[in-house]
Amino acid sequence: MTFKPKNGTLQKQLAATFSLINTGASRPFHQTACVHISPKLKPEKRRMAEEKGVKLLDLWSSPFGQRCRIALAEKEVEYEYNEENLSDKSELLLKSNPIYKKIPVLIHDGKPVCESLIIVQYIDEVWPSKTPILPSDPYARAQARFWADYVDKKVYECGTRLWKLKGGEALQEAKEEFILILKTLEAELGDKKYFGGETFGLVDIALVPFTSWFYSYETYAGFSIEQECSKLVSWAKRCKERASVAKTLYEPKKIHEFVGHLRKKYGVE
Amino acid sequence: MASEKEVKLLDFGVSPFGVRTRIALAEKEVEYEYKEEKNLNLGEKSELLLKSNPVHKKIPVLIHHDKPICESLIIVQYIDEVFPSKTPILPSDPYARALARFWADFVDKKISQYALRVWKLKKGEELEETKKELVENLRTLEAELGEKKYFGGEDFGLVDIAFVPFTSWFYSFQAFGLLSVEDEFPKLAAWGKRCIERKSVAKSLSEPKKLYEFLSARRKVLGVE
Repeated sequence: MTFKPKNGTLQKQLAATFSLINTGASRPFHQTACVHISPKLKPEKRRMAEEKGVKLLDLWSSPFGQRCRIALAEKEVEYEYNEENLSDKSELLLKSNPIYKKIPVLIHDGKPVCESLIIVQYIDEVWPSKTPILPSDPYARAQARFWADYVDKKVYECGTRLWKLKGGEALQEAKEEFILILKTLEAELGDKKYFGGETFGLVDIALVPFTSWFYSYETYAGFSIEQECSKLVSWAKRCKERASVAKTLYEPKKIHEFVGHLRKKYGVE
Repeated sequence: MASEKEVKLLDFGVSPFGVRTRIALAEKEVEYEYKEEKNLNLGEKSELLLKSNPVHKKIPVLIHHDKPICESLIIVQYIDEVFPSKTPILPSDPYARALARFWADFVDKKISQYALRVWKLKKGEELEETKKELVENLRTLEAELGEKKYFGGEDFGLVDIAFVPFTSWFYSFQAFGLLSVEDEFPKLAAWGKRCIERKSVAKSLSEPKKLYEFLSARRKVLGVE
């Protein structure tokens, strides 16, 4: 189940969520299958129970975190979702990802895995299922890794500029660069159902979370992705028909509210 | 064994990314045709390179049965999957694989950009910042190596292949007065020596003194010295 902030302004909801997490009170949201460790368990058994299972340290709006959530949903894996307050990182996060101190982090039986595309490949290898995330053919796998890596190198950084820059030439340049990136991806997609062909896979998972941000990119940079890359927009709609994607992605308007909040925070407006 | 025509490698002599792929091919004893992009440092790229890697237009590119594979760590994993051998480059355990990928990615994100920039910079703030980042990240890498023989433990693997090409730069770092890896990171220096005992590494690494000459010449052109 997606984390759906309660009624009220997003800022209040976020503040409320974060303060609830800090006080250790029960979380206002739940996930598809939440592993509940009873405080009544004896400390030893509690420790063991806590070490088994799957935890995801994440931030609700993170497209990188969403990649992991989609992969876990595709594999129907039960896990405990921990929302992190990035201005007050938990000890568990700092201990699990001392190198980058970033989310997402997947903790499987007490062992942390970091970096979203590495996590997704790990999930694919540990929980093989009817629909593998990476294809079996080595060349197809190399292609999938290449394009997922392309998304990593290009989409987030350029997309961030679209909402973080105040305007002027720099914003115009960022917009042109972003359109080129999307067109490159669209050329690779071609007339296929998904990037990997008939099967939803790594590249789709890598890119689809960013589609919730398209509305914000368009609004702040002044362009239409539908006009520039209609095939990509159709692809995004197809992906959203999958349960794993539908329950993970947020409505663009929700992300847009969040981006507005970020823009204020960074003094863009 | 693959015939020469089946496998081609588009590369540029001193590129550490190209060296990674050469080591991997040597580990698997794959015969291949080596094609040097001779004037890459003058900005000239062959038609074959532009056709094979239209997205990034960079080397290395592995061409197998006329199909191109790009990005060195992706190429190395491809080589491991297509040419199985007694010594796999990635371990079989999924968690160990995830760790190997993480640290190979760390070399890419946190070492390569600083190592490949530090020798080009004139004295000043940018040089100091770059040196600082490089030193901090080498420290992190050395801590990960610890007392192990290789990054993966007993077996030479992905992380070793990802990082060992940069050991050719150690001589130049010292000669340019930037950093002495031998003094500051003795475990990494010792690991580098162990790696070079492997045939695949010995025949693929850029010769440190030749690299130093190449980098010196470039420094003069850039006005660094």
